[in-house]
Amino acid sequence: MSVKSLKLRARLPFADHTIEFNETISLSGITALFGPSGSGKSTLLRIIAGFENRGNLRLTYNDEIWSDTNAGIFCAPHKRPVGTVFQDDRLFSHLNVAGNLAFAEKRSPMVKNPITVDHVVKSLDLLTLLNKCPSTLSGGEKQRVALGRTLLTQPELLLLDEPLSALDIRRKAELLPFLEKIPREFGVPAIFVSHAIDEVARLADEVILLSPDGYVSTRGPIPEIFDTQEMHDFTGKFEAGSFLQATVTAQDTTFQITSLDFEGEVLRMPMVASLNIGDRIRLRIRARDVAVGTSRPEDISIRNAIAATISEIKTENRTAFAEIVFAVGSQSLRARITRQAVAELGLEVGQEAFALIKSVSFDRRVMISALG
Amino acid sequence: MADLSPLWLTIQLAGTTTFFLLLLGTPLAWWLANTRSKARPVIEALTALPIVLPPTVIGFYFLILLSPTSTIGRFWVDITGETLTFSFTGLVIASMFYSLPFMVQPLQTAFQTVGRAPMEAAASLRASPLNAFFTVAVPMAKRGFLTAAVLSFTHTIGEFGVVLMVGGNIPGETKVISIAIYEHVETLRYAEAHQLAGGLMIFSFIVLMAVYALNRRAAVHVG
Repeated sequence: MSVKSLKLRARLPFADHTIEFNETISLSGITALFGPSGSGKSTLLRIIAGFENRGNLRLTYNDEIWSDTNAGIFCAPHKRPVGTVFQDDRLFSHLNVAGNLAFAEKRSPMVKNPITVDHVVKSLDLLTLLNKCPSTLSGGEKQRVALGRTLLTQPELLLLDEPLSALDIRRKAELLPFLEKIPREFGVPAIFVSHAIDEVARLADEVILLSPDGYVSTRGPIPEIFDTQEMHDFTGKFEAGSFLQATVTAQDTTFQITSLDFEGEVLRMPMVASLNIGDRIRLRIRARDVAVGTSRPEDISIRNAIAATISEIKTENRTAFAEIVFAVGSQSLRARITRQAVAELGLEVGQEAFALIKSVSFDRRVMISALG
Repeated sequence: MADLSPLWLTIQLAGTTTFFLLLLGTPLAWWLANTRSKARPVIEALTALPIVLPPTVIGFYFLILLSPTSTIGRFWVDITGETLTFSFTGLVIASMFYSLPFMVQPLQTAFQTVGRAPMEAAASLRASPLNAFFTVAVPMAKRGFLTAAVLSFTHTIGEFGVVLMVGGNIPGETKVISIAIYEHVETLRYAEAHQLAGGLMIFSFIVLMAVYALNRRAAVHVG
Protein backbone atom coordinates (compact mmCIF):
# COMPACT_ATOMS: atom_id res chain seq x y z
CA MET A 1 0.00 0.00 0.00
CA SER A 2 1.34 3.39 -0.90
CA VAL A 3 2.09 5.82 1.89
CA LYS A 4 -0.60 8.44 2.32
CA SER A 5 0.05 11.90 3.56
CA LEU A 6 -1.72 14.39 5.72
CA LYS A 7 -1.16 18.07 5.13
CA LEU A 8 -2.23 20.52 7.81
CA ARG A 9 -1.96 24.26 7.83
CA ALA A 10 -3.45 25.81 10.94
CA ARG A 11 -3.49 29.22 12.56
CA LEU A 12 -5.45 29.13 15.77
CA PRO A 13 -5.56 32.02 18.22
CA PHE A 14 -5.57 31.07 21.90
CA ALA A 15 -5.84 33.32 24.96
CA ASP A 16 -2.11 34.02 25.28
CA HIS A 17 -0.56 32.76 22.05
CA THR A 18 -1.33 31.55 18.55
CA ILE A 19 -0.81 28.02 17.32
CA GLU A 20 0.99 28.00 13.98
CA PHE A 21 1.35 24.69 12.20
CA ASN A 22 2.23 24.01 8.60
CA GLU A 23 3.47 20.47 8.07
CA THR A 24 3.03 17.46 5.88
CA ILE A 25 3.00 14.18 7.75
CA SER A 26 3.68 11.09 5.70
CA LEU A 27 1.67 8.32 7.29
CA SER A 28 3.80 5.30 8.08
CA GLY A 29 4.60 3.86 11.47
CA ILE A 30 4.05 6.20 14.41
CA THR A 31 4.54 9.94 14.18
CA ALA A 32 4.71 11.70 17.55
CA LEU A 33 3.47 15.21 18.20
CA PHE A 34 5.62 15.99 21.19
CA GLY A 35 5.59 19.11 23.31
CA PRO A 36 4.67 20.67 26.64
CA SER A 37 1.08 21.28 27.64
CA GLY A 38 -0.24 24.40 25.98
CA SER A 39 1.72 23.74 22.79
CA GLY A 40 -1.54 22.75 21.12
CA LYS A 41 -0.66 19.16 20.27
CA SER A 42 -4.00 17.75 21.41
CA THR A 43 -5.82 20.54 19.57
CA LEU A 44 -4.00 19.60 16.37
CA LEU A 45 -5.11 16.01 16.82
CA ARG A 46 -8.71 17.15 17.39
CA ILE A 47 -8.51 19.16 14.18
CA ILE A 48 -7.39 16.07 12.28
CA ALA A 49 -10.26 14.07 13.84
CA GLY A 50 -12.71 16.84 12.95
CA PHE A 51 -13.70 17.76 16.52
CA GLU A 52 -12.31 21.28 16.16
CA ASN A 53 -12.92 23.52 13.22
CA ARG A 54 -12.05 27.10 14.00
CA GLY A 55 -9.36 29.64 13.31
CA ASN A 56 -7.75 29.42 9.92
CA LEU A 57 -7.41 25.82 8.78
CA ARG A 58 -6.69 23.76 5.75
CA LEU A 59 -6.40 20.01 6.19
CA THR A 60 -5.98 17.60 3.30
CA TYR A 61 -5.61 13.84 3.25
CA ASN A 62 -3.94 12.86 0.00
CA ASP A 63 -6.22 14.72 -2.43
CA GLU A 64 -9.28 14.95 -0.19
CA ILE A 65 -9.96 18.22 1.58
CA TRP A 66 -11.18 17.55 5.13
CA SER A 67 -11.24 21.12 6.38
CA ASP A 68 -10.84 24.42 4.65
CA THR A 69 -12.15 27.31 6.69
CA ASN A 70 -11.61 29.79 3.84
CA ALA A 71 -13.54 27.74 1.30
CA GLY A 72 -16.11 26.65 3.89
CA ILE A 73 -15.38 22.95 3.34
CA PHE A 74 -15.75 20.60 6.28
CA CYS A 75 -15.89 16.82 6.32
CA ALA A 76 -17.81 15.57 9.37
CA PRO A 77 -15.81 13.54 11.92
CA HIS A 78 -17.78 10.33 11.35
CA LYS A 79 -17.00 10.46 7.62
CA ARG A 80 -13.24 10.63 8.09
CA PRO A 81 -11.41 7.27 7.96
CA VAL A 82 -9.58 8.00 11.21
CA GLY A 83 -10.04 6.47 14.63
CA THR A 84 -9.23 8.30 17.85
CA VAL A 85 -8.12 6.70 21.10
CA PHE A 86 -8.70 9.31 23.77
CA GLN A 87 -6.80 10.07 26.95
CA ASP A 88 -9.86 8.97 28.93
CA ASP A 89 -11.05 5.68 27.49
CA ARG A 90 -14.59 6.90 26.63
CA LEU A 91 -16.01 3.39 26.56
CA PHE A 92 -19.80 3.31 26.45
CA SER A 93 -20.94 2.49 29.97
CA HIS A 94 -24.32 1.16 28.81
CA LEU A 95 -22.64 -1.60 26.77
CA ASN A 96 -20.30 -4.36 27.89
CA VAL A 97 -16.90 -4.88 26.27
CA ALA A 98 -18.28 -7.06 23.46
CA GLY A 99 -21.01 -4.46 22.88
CA ASN A 100 -18.44 -1.70 22.63
CA LEU A 101 -16.51 -3.69 20.03
CA ALA A 102 -19.71 -4.51 18.13
CA PHE A 103 -20.68 -0.82 18.08
CA ALA A 104 -17.57 -0.10 16.04
CA GLU A 105 -17.74 -3.22 13.89
CA LYS A 106 -21.37 -2.62 12.85
CA ARG A 107 -20.58 0.84 11.55
CA SER A 108 -17.31 0.06 9.80
CA PRO A 109 -17.08 0.47 6.03
CA MET A 110 -16.51 -2.44 3.64
CA VAL A 111 -12.80 -2.86 3.04
CA LYS A 112 -10.55 -5.48 1.56
CA ASN A 113 -8.97 -7.68 4.26
CA PRO A 114 -10.83 -6.09 7.15
CA ILE A 115 -9.52 -6.16 10.70
CA THR A 116 -11.63 -8.84 12.40
CA VAL A 117 -13.03 -9.03 15.91
CA ASP A 118 -11.17 -12.33 16.40
CA HIS A 119 -7.87 -10.77 15.44
CA VAL A 120 -8.39 -7.76 17.71
CA VAL A 121 -9.54 -9.88 20.65
CA LYS A 122 -6.54 -12.17 20.28
CA SER A 123 -3.96 -9.49 19.66
CA LEU A 124 -5.10 -7.21 22.49
CA ASP A 125 -5.85 -10.10 24.86
CA LEU A 126 -9.50 -9.17 25.35
CA LEU A 127 -11.08 -12.64 25.52
CA THR A 128 -11.57 -12.67 29.29
CA LEU A 129 -12.98 -9.14 29.27
CA LEU A 130 -15.72 -9.55 26.65
CA ASN A 131 -18.63 -10.01 29.04
CA LYS A 132 -17.49 -7.40 31.54
CA CYS A 133 -18.84 -3.91 32.11
CA PRO A 134 -16.37 -1.11 31.34
CA SER A 135 -16.70 0.21 34.91
CA THR A 136 -15.17 -3.00 36.30
CA LEU A 137 -12.01 -2.82 34.17
CA SER A 138 -8.62 -1.42 35.14
CA GLY A 139 -7.30 1.67 33.35
CA GLY A 140 -5.00 -0.38 31.15
CA GLU A 141 -7.75 -2.84 30.24
CA LYS A 142 -10.09 0.01 29.33
CA GLN A 143 -7.50 1.48 26.99
CA ARG A 144 -6.94 -1.91 25.36
CA VAL A 145 -10.68 -2.17 24.70
CA ALA A 146 -10.73 1.40 23.40
CA LEU A 147 -7.83 0.60 21.09
CA GLY A 148 -9.52 -2.57 19.84
CA ARG A 149 -12.81 -0.79 19.34
CA THR A 150 -11.08 1.89 17.28
CA LEU A 151 -9.25 -0.68 15.14
CA LEU A 152 -12.59 -2.30 14.27
CA THR A 153 -13.72 0.88 12.49
CA GLN A 154 -11.10 -0.12 9.86
CA PRO A 155 -9.27 3.21 10.23
CA GLU A 156 -6.70 4.36 7.70
CA LEU A 157 -5.11 6.42 10.44
CA LEU A 158 -5.05 6.06 14.23
CA LEU A 159 -4.98 9.17 16.40
CA LEU A 160 -3.63 8.44 19.86
CA ASP A 161 -4.31 11.33 22.23
CA GLU A 162 -2.05 10.68 25.24
CA PRO A 163 -3.55 7.21 25.72
CA LEU A 164 -1.07 6.43 28.50
CA SER A 165 -1.19 9.60 30.53
CA ALA A 166 -4.12 8.60 32.75
CA LEU A 167 -2.40 5.35 33.76
CA ASP A 168 -0.01 4.60 36.61
CA ILE A 169 3.49 3.30 35.81
CA ARG A 170 2.55 -0.37 36.04
CA ARG A 171 -0.52 -0.07 33.79
CA LYS A 172 1.50 2.04 31.39
CA ALA A 173 4.12 -0.69 31.15
CA GLU A 174 1.34 -3.20 30.44
CA LEU A 175 -0.18 -1.14 27.65
CA LEU A 176 3.02 0.00 25.93
CA PRO A 177 3.79 -3.30 24.16
CA PHE A 178 0.26 -3.29 22.68
CA LEU A 179 0.57 0.28 21.39
CA GLU A 180 3.97 -0.57 20.03
CA LYS A 181 2.94 -3.51 17.87
CA ILE A 182 -0.39 -2.18 16.58
CA PRO A 183 0.77 -0.13 13.58
CA ARG A 184 2.84 -2.97 12.19
CA GLU A 185 0.49 -5.81 13.05
CA PHE A 186 -2.62 -4.15 11.64
CA GLY A 187 -0.93 -2.02 9.01
CA VAL A 188 -2.42 1.21 10.36
CA PRO A 189 -0.22 4.28 10.77
CA ALA A 190 -0.68 6.42 13.85
CA ILE A 191 -0.20 9.96 15.06
CA PHE A 192 0.65 9.92 18.74
CA VAL A 193 0.39 12.90 21.06
CA SER A 194 2.47 12.88 24.21
CA HIS A 195 4.45 15.01 26.61
CA ALA A 196 6.39 12.05 28.03
CA ILE A 197 9.79 11.55 26.42
CA ASP A 198 10.08 7.88 27.39
CA GLU A 199 6.81 7.07 25.58
CA VAL A 200 7.87 9.02 22.50
CA ALA A 201 11.32 7.41 22.45
CA ARG A 202 9.82 3.96 22.69
CA LEU A 203 6.91 4.29 20.27
CA ALA A 204 7.63 6.88 17.63
CA ASP A 205 9.45 6.62 14.34
CA GLU A 206 9.32 10.33 13.68
CA VAL A 207 8.92 13.24 16.10
CA ILE A 208 7.47 16.68 15.51
CA LEU A 209 8.54 18.84 18.44
CA LEU A 210 6.18 21.68 19.32
CA SER A 211 7.35 24.69 21.28
CA PRO A 212 5.43 26.05 24.29
CA ASP A 213 4.39 29.02 22.11
CA GLY A 214 2.59 26.79 19.66
CA TYR A 215 4.91 26.51 16.66
CA VAL A 216 6.96 23.59 15.34
CA SER A 217 10.46 23.86 16.72
CA THR A 218 11.98 20.90 14.91
CA ARG A 219 11.14 17.51 13.45
CA GLY A 220 13.02 14.39 12.47
CA PRO A 221 13.37 10.65 12.89
CA ILE A 222 14.31 8.89 16.11
CA PRO A 223 17.04 8.63 17.35
CA GLU A 224 18.64 11.50 15.42
CA ILE A 225 16.20 14.10 16.74
CA PHE A 226 17.37 13.43 20.29
CA ASP A 227 20.75 14.87 19.36
CA THR A 228 19.32 18.21 18.24
CA GLN A 229 19.74 21.34 20.29
CA GLU A 230 15.98 21.98 20.22
CA MET A 231 15.31 18.61 21.83
CA HIS A 232 17.98 19.19 24.49
CA ASP A 233 16.50 22.60 25.21
CA PHE A 234 13.11 21.05 25.70
CA THR A 235 13.92 17.90 27.63
CA GLY A 236 16.72 19.44 29.67
CA LYS A 237 19.94 17.75 30.67
CA PHE A 238 18.14 15.58 33.21
CA GLU A 239 16.52 13.48 30.49
CA ALA A 240 19.52 13.59 28.15
CA GLY A 241 20.78 10.21 27.14
CA SER A 242 22.07 7.93 24.43
CA PHE A 243 20.48 5.51 22.06
CA LEU A 244 22.57 2.39 21.59
CA GLN A 245 22.19 -0.62 19.37
CA ALA A 246 22.90 -4.07 20.73
CA THR A 247 22.24 -7.73 19.92
CA VAL A 248 20.44 -10.17 22.18
CA THR A 249 22.80 -13.02 23.15
CA ALA A 250 21.04 -14.86 25.98
CA GLN A 251 17.82 -15.02 28.01
CA ASP A 252 18.36 -16.10 31.63
CA THR A 253 15.01 -17.18 33.05
CA THR A 254 16.46 -17.96 36.51
CA PHE A 255 17.49 -14.37 37.21
CA GLN A 256 15.11 -12.84 34.64
CA ILE A 257 17.98 -11.18 32.78
CA THR A 258 18.48 -10.54 29.08
CA SER A 259 22.13 -10.42 28.02
CA LEU A 260 23.23 -8.27 25.13
CA ASP A 261 26.30 -7.83 23.02
CA PHE A 262 27.18 -4.16 22.75
CA GLU A 263 30.29 -3.49 20.68
CA GLY A 264 31.97 -6.61 22.10
CA GLU A 265 30.99 -5.80 25.69
CA VAL A 266 28.27 -7.57 27.68
CA LEU A 267 25.26 -5.59 28.85
CA ARG A 268 22.53 -7.04 31.05
CA MET A 269 19.04 -5.75 31.56
CA PRO A 270 15.81 -6.95 33.17
CA MET A 271 14.43 -9.67 30.92
CA VAL A 272 12.21 -8.65 28.02
CA ALA A 273 10.52 -11.97 27.33
CA SER A 274 9.37 -11.07 23.83
CA LEU A 275 12.93 -10.81 22.52
CA ASN A 276 14.67 -13.62 20.65
CA ILE A 277 18.36 -14.41 20.60
CA GLY A 278 19.96 -12.62 17.69
CA ASP A 279 17.45 -9.72 17.73
CA ARG A 280 18.99 -6.36 17.04
CA ILE A 281 17.51 -3.88 19.50
CA ARG A 282 17.76 -0.24 20.45
CA LEU A 283 18.47 0.75 24.04
CA ARG A 284 18.04 4.06 25.71
CA ILE A 285 20.43 4.91 28.50
CA ARG A 286 19.96 8.16 30.36
CA ALA A 287 23.16 10.07 31.03
CA ARG A 288 22.23 10.45 34.69
CA ASP A 289 22.11 6.63 35.01
CA VAL A 290 25.77 6.29 34.01
CA ALA A 291 28.61 6.64 36.51
CA VAL A 292 32.34 6.73 35.71
CA GLY A 293 35.22 4.76 37.24
CA THR A 294 38.92 4.75 36.47
CA SER A 295 39.30 1.04 37.27
CA ARG A 296 36.90 -1.85 36.83
CA PRO A 297 34.98 -2.08 40.08
CA GLU A 298 34.45 -5.58 41.50
CA ASP A 299 32.45 -5.25 44.71
CA ILE A 300 29.53 -3.24 43.50
CA SER A 301 25.94 -4.09 42.58
CA ILE A 302 26.10 -2.45 39.15
CA ARG A 303 26.54 -5.29 36.65
CA ASN A 304 27.16 -3.24 33.56
CA ALA A 305 30.70 -1.86 33.43
CA ILE A 306 32.04 -1.04 29.98
CA ALA A 307 35.61 -0.16 29.15
CA ALA A 308 35.68 2.80 26.81
CA THR A 309 37.63 5.85 25.73
CA ILE A 310 36.54 9.32 26.81
CA SER A 311 36.02 11.23 23.59
CA GLU A 312 34.63 14.46 24.99
CA ILE A 313 34.09 16.24 28.31
CA LYS A 314 31.46 19.00 28.31
CA THR A 315 31.36 20.99 31.53
CA GLU A 316 28.33 23.04 32.41
CA ASN A 317 29.86 26.00 34.15
CA ARG A 318 26.82 27.28 35.93
CA THR A 319 25.82 23.91 37.35
CA ALA A 320 27.55 21.18 39.33
CA PHE A 321 27.53 18.86 36.33
CA ALA A 322 29.60 17.73 33.40
CA GLU A 323 28.81 15.39 30.52
CA ILE A 324 31.32 12.70 29.63
CA VAL A 325 31.03 11.19 26.15
CA PHE A 326 32.52 7.71 25.74
CA ALA A 327 33.36 6.25 22.36
CA VAL A 328 32.39 2.57 22.31
CA GLY A 329 33.14 1.09 18.93
CA SER A 330 31.22 3.29 16.51
CA GLN A 331 28.65 4.33 19.11
CA SER A 332 28.77 6.89 21.86
CA LEU A 333 27.55 6.70 25.44
CA ARG A 334 26.97 9.72 27.65
CA ALA A 335 27.45 10.03 31.40
CA ARG A 336 26.34 12.92 33.54
CA ILE A 337 28.50 13.31 36.65
CA THR A 338 29.56 16.21 38.84
CA ARG A 339 32.38 18.53 37.78
CA GLN A 340 33.95 17.79 41.13
CA ALA A 341 34.12 14.08 40.23
CA VAL A 342 35.77 14.96 36.90
CA ALA A 343 38.42 16.99 38.73
CA GLU A 344 39.07 14.54 41.55
CA LEU A 345 39.31 11.51 39.23
CA GLY A 346 41.44 13.54 36.84
CA LEU A 347 39.37 12.57 33.82
CA GLU A 348 40.71 13.70 30.47
CA VAL A 349 39.82 13.27 26.83
CA GLY A 350 41.52 10.21 25.33
CA GLN A 351 41.69 8.42 28.67
CA GLU A 352 40.50 4.82 29.10
CA ALA A 353 37.83 4.59 31.76
CA PHE A 354 34.81 2.53 32.76
CA ALA A 355 31.21 3.52 32.19
CA LEU A 356 29.06 2.06 34.98
CA ILE A 357 25.50 1.78 33.77
CA LYS A 358 22.90 1.70 36.53
CA SER A 359 19.90 1.11 34.37
CA VAL A 360 19.39 -0.07 30.82
CA SER A 361 15.98 0.29 29.30
CA PHE A 362 14.85 -1.58 26.28
CA ASP A 363 13.60 0.87 23.70
CA ARG A 364 12.51 -1.14 20.69
CA ARG A 365 13.51 -3.69 18.11
CA VAL A 366 15.50 -2.20 15.29
CA MET A 367 13.80 -2.65 11.96
CA ILE A 368 15.99 -4.33 9.38
CA SER A 369 15.48 -1.44 6.98
CA ALA A 370 16.70 1.02 9.58
CA LEU A 371 20.01 -0.78 9.69
CA GLY A 372 20.62 -0.01 6.04
CA MET B 1 -68.89 4.47 44.93
CA ALA B 2 -67.62 7.56 43.15
CA ASP B 3 -67.77 7.90 39.41
CA LEU B 4 -64.33 6.76 38.21
CA SER B 5 -64.46 8.41 34.77
CA PRO B 6 -62.49 11.47 36.00
CA LEU B 7 -59.68 9.07 36.97
CA TRP B 8 -59.48 7.54 33.47
CA LEU B 9 -59.66 10.97 31.87
CA THR B 10 -56.83 12.19 34.10
CA ILE B 11 -54.60 9.25 33.18
CA GLN B 12 -55.42 9.82 29.50
CA LEU B 13 -54.55 13.51 29.77
CA ALA B 14 -51.33 12.86 31.68
CA GLY B 15 -50.31 10.10 29.26
CA THR B 16 -51.01 12.15 26.12
CA THR B 17 -49.28 15.19 27.57
CA THR B 18 -46.22 13.19 28.59
CA PHE B 19 -46.00 11.54 25.16
CA PHE B 20 -46.08 14.82 23.24
CA LEU B 21 -43.79 16.48 25.78
CA LEU B 22 -41.21 13.74 25.18
CA LEU B 23 -41.30 14.50 21.46
CA LEU B 24 -41.02 18.24 22.01
CA GLY B 25 -38.89 18.32 25.16
CA THR B 26 -36.13 15.95 24.01
CA PRO B 27 -34.83 18.07 21.12
CA LEU B 28 -35.33 21.23 23.19
CA ALA B 29 -33.37 19.79 26.14
CA TRP B 30 -30.63 18.55 23.78
CA TRP B 31 -30.35 21.99 22.24
CA LEU B 32 -30.21 23.67 25.65
CA ALA B 33 -27.57 21.21 26.85
CA ASN B 34 -25.31 21.74 23.84
CA THR B 35 -25.84 25.20 22.40
CA ARG B 36 -23.51 28.14 22.82
CA SER B 37 -26.21 30.45 21.46
CA LYS B 38 -26.95 33.72 23.19
CA ALA B 39 -30.65 32.83 23.02
CA ARG B 40 -30.15 30.03 25.53
CA PRO B 41 -30.91 31.98 28.75
CA VAL B 42 -34.02 33.40 27.11
CA ILE B 43 -35.32 29.94 26.19
CA GLU B 44 -34.30 28.54 29.59
CA ALA B 45 -36.24 31.29 31.37
CA LEU B 46 -39.30 30.71 29.19
CA THR B 47 -39.12 26.99 29.91
CA ALA B 48 -38.89 27.57 33.67
CA LEU B 49 -41.75 30.09 33.74
CA PRO B 50 -44.51 27.56 34.60
CA ILE B 51 -42.66 26.71 37.85
CA VAL B 52 -43.05 30.23 39.24
CA LEU B 53 -46.34 31.35 37.69
CA PRO B 54 -49.63 30.60 39.47
CA PRO B 55 -51.52 28.05 37.33
CA THR B 56 -54.38 30.52 37.03
CA VAL B 57 -52.08 32.92 35.17
CA ILE B 58 -51.10 30.18 32.71
CA GLY B 59 -54.74 29.13 32.43
CA PHE B 60 -55.89 32.69 31.86
CA TYR B 61 -53.49 33.33 28.98
CA PHE B 62 -54.19 29.95 27.40
CA LEU B 63 -57.91 30.69 27.65
CA ILE B 64 -57.29 33.88 25.63
CA LEU B 65 -54.79 32.22 23.26
CA LEU B 66 -56.99 29.22 22.46
CA SER B 67 -60.37 30.95 22.37
CA PRO B 68 -62.21 30.99 19.01
CA THR B 69 -61.67 34.76 18.80
CA SER B 70 -57.86 34.35 18.67
CA THR B 71 -55.94 33.42 15.51
CA ILE B 72 -54.98 29.97 16.76
CA GLY B 73 -58.42 29.24 18.16
CA ARG B 74 -60.20 30.34 14.98
CA PHE B 75 -57.80 28.33 12.80
CA TRP B 76 -58.60 25.22 14.89
CA VAL B 77 -62.33 25.81 14.58
CA ASP B 78 -61.93 26.26 10.81
CA ILE B 79 -60.17 22.93 10.28
CA THR B 80 -61.86 20.74 12.92
CA GLY B 81 -65.15 22.42 13.66
CA GLU B 82 -64.42 22.21 17.39
CA THR B 83 -63.17 24.81 19.82
CA LEU B 84 -59.86 24.39 21.64
CA THR B 85 -61.15 25.89 24.85
CA PHE B 86 -63.24 23.56 27.00
CA SER B 87 -61.94 20.56 25.03
CA PHE B 88 -59.55 17.70 25.70
CA THR B 89 -57.15 18.89 22.96
CA GLY B 90 -57.01 22.37 24.51
CA LEU B 91 -56.25 20.78 27.88
CA VAL B 92 -53.35 18.78 26.39
CA ILE B 93 -51.84 21.94 24.87
CA ALA B 94 -52.11 23.92 28.12
CA SER B 95 -50.85 20.95 30.18
CA MET B 96 -47.83 20.60 27.94
CA PHE B 97 -46.76 24.14 28.75
CA TYR B 98 -47.65 23.67 32.42
CA SER B 99 -45.45 20.54 32.71
CA LEU B 100 -42.72 21.62 30.26
CA PRO B 101 -40.04 22.35 32.90
CA PHE B 102 -40.59 18.96 34.50
CA MET B 103 -39.73 17.32 31.18
CA VAL B 104 -36.97 19.64 29.97
CA GLN B 105 -34.95 20.23 33.12
CA PRO B 106 -34.20 16.58 34.05
CA LEU B 107 -33.44 15.81 30.40
CA GLN B 108 -31.15 18.81 30.05
CA THR B 109 -29.27 17.79 33.21
CA ALA B 110 -29.00 14.21 31.95
CA PHE B 111 -27.69 15.31 28.54
CA GLN B 112 -25.20 17.66 30.18
CA THR B 113 -23.98 14.77 32.33
CA VAL B 114 -23.50 12.62 29.24
CA GLY B 115 -21.45 15.47 27.80
CA ARG B 116 -19.60 15.79 24.52
CA ALA B 117 -17.01 13.09 25.19
CA PRO B 118 -19.12 9.99 24.38
CA MET B 119 -20.57 11.76 21.34
CA GLU B 120 -17.05 12.39 20.02
CA ALA B 121 -16.18 8.78 20.70
CA ALA B 122 -19.29 7.71 18.76
CA ALA B 123 -18.35 9.98 15.84
CA SER B 124 -14.87 8.51 15.89
CA LEU B 125 -16.55 5.08 15.60
CA ARG B 126 -18.35 6.39 12.52
CA ALA B 127 -21.78 6.96 14.01
CA SER B 128 -23.62 9.91 12.47
CA PRO B 129 -24.80 12.58 14.95
CA LEU B 130 -28.42 11.33 14.84
CA ASN B 131 -27.34 7.71 15.17
CA ALA B 132 -25.02 8.62 18.06
CA PHE B 133 -27.90 10.43 19.74
CA PHE B 134 -30.16 7.38 19.70
CA THR B 135 -27.51 4.73 20.37
CA VAL B 136 -25.30 6.57 22.87
CA ALA B 137 -26.88 9.71 24.33
CA VAL B 138 -30.39 8.28 24.89
CA PRO B 139 -29.28 5.03 26.57
CA MET B 140 -26.76 6.90 28.71
CA ALA B 141 -29.48 9.41 29.71
CA LYS B 142 -32.13 6.77 30.36
CA ARG B 143 -32.49 7.68 34.03
CA GLY B 144 -33.06 11.28 32.99
CA PHE B 145 -35.81 10.11 30.61
CA LEU B 146 -37.45 8.05 33.35
CA THR B 147 -37.37 10.92 35.82
CA ALA B 148 -38.61 13.43 33.25
CA ALA B 149 -41.49 11.23 32.08
CA VAL B 150 -42.65 10.36 35.60
CA LEU B 151 -42.42 13.95 36.84
CA SER B 152 -44.33 15.26 33.80
CA PHE B 153 -46.98 12.56 34.20
CA THR B 154 -47.54 13.07 37.93
CA HIS B 155 -47.33 16.84 37.66
CA THR B 156 -50.05 16.81 35.00
CA ILE B 157 -52.22 14.60 37.18
CA GLY B 158 -52.00 17.17 39.97
CA GLU B 159 -52.95 20.21 37.90
CA PHE B 160 -56.06 22.13 38.81
CA GLY B 161 -55.88 25.82 38.07
CA VAL B 162 -54.98 25.51 34.41
CA VAL B 163 -57.70 22.92 33.81
CA LEU B 164 -60.30 24.98 35.57
CA MET B 165 -59.51 28.03 33.45
CA VAL B 166 -59.04 26.34 30.06
CA GLY B 167 -61.18 23.22 30.36
CA GLY B 168 -63.98 23.95 32.75
CA ASN B 169 -65.89 20.96 34.10
CA ILE B 170 -67.28 18.84 31.25
CA PRO B 171 -67.71 15.17 32.21
CA GLY B 172 -65.68 12.83 29.97
CA GLU B 173 -64.01 15.77 28.20
CA THR B 174 -62.35 18.04 30.76
CA LYS B 175 -63.55 16.88 34.15
CA VAL B 176 -60.29 15.49 35.53
CA ILE B 177 -59.76 14.09 38.99
CA SER B 178 -58.74 17.32 40.73
CA ILE B 179 -61.82 19.10 39.38
CA ALA B 180 -64.04 16.19 40.42
CA ILE B 181 -62.61 16.26 43.95
CA TYR B 182 -63.20 20.01 44.14
CA GLU B 183 -66.79 19.55 43.00
CA HIS B 184 -67.40 16.77 45.55
CA VAL B 185 -66.07 18.94 48.35
CA GLU B 186 -68.12 21.96 47.22
CA THR B 187 -71.27 19.82 47.26
CA LEU B 188 -70.26 18.32 50.63
CA ARG B 189 -69.98 14.76 49.24
CA TYR B 190 -66.90 13.97 51.36
CA ALA B 191 -67.06 10.19 50.92
CA GLU B 192 -66.62 10.47 47.13
CA ALA B 193 -63.97 13.17 47.62
CA HIS B 194 -62.08 10.81 49.95
CA GLN B 195 -62.19 7.96 47.47
CA LEU B 196 -60.70 10.07 44.67
CA ALA B 197 -58.28 12.09 46.81
CA GLY B 198 -57.02 9.09 48.77
CA GLY B 199 -56.72 7.04 45.59
CA LEU B 200 -54.70 9.80 43.91
CA MET B 201 -52.40 10.11 46.90
CA ILE B 202 -51.70 6.38 47.03
CA PHE B 203 -51.19 6.21 43.25
CA SER B 204 -48.73 9.11 43.26
CA PHE B 205 -46.85 7.67 46.21
CA ILE B 206 -46.49 4.25 44.57
CA VAL B 207 -45.30 5.75 41.28
CA LEU B 208 -42.70 7.96 42.94
CA MET B 209 -41.47 5.12 45.12
CA ALA B 210 -41.12 2.87 42.09
CA VAL B 211 -39.06 5.55 40.33
CA TYR B 212 -36.72 6.05 43.26
CA ALA B 213 -36.31 2.29 43.67
CA LEU B 214 -35.60 1.85 39.95
CA ASN B 215 -33.14 4.72 39.98
CA ARG B 216 -31.26 3.20 42.86
CA ARG B 217 -31.05 -0.17 41.18
CA ALA B 218 -29.90 1.46 37.94
CA ALA B 219 -27.20 3.30 39.88
CA VAL B 220 -25.72 0.02 41.03
CA HIS B 221 -25.61 -1.27 37.45
CA VAL B 222 -24.37 1.86 35.76
CA GLY B 223 -21.86 2.60 38.48
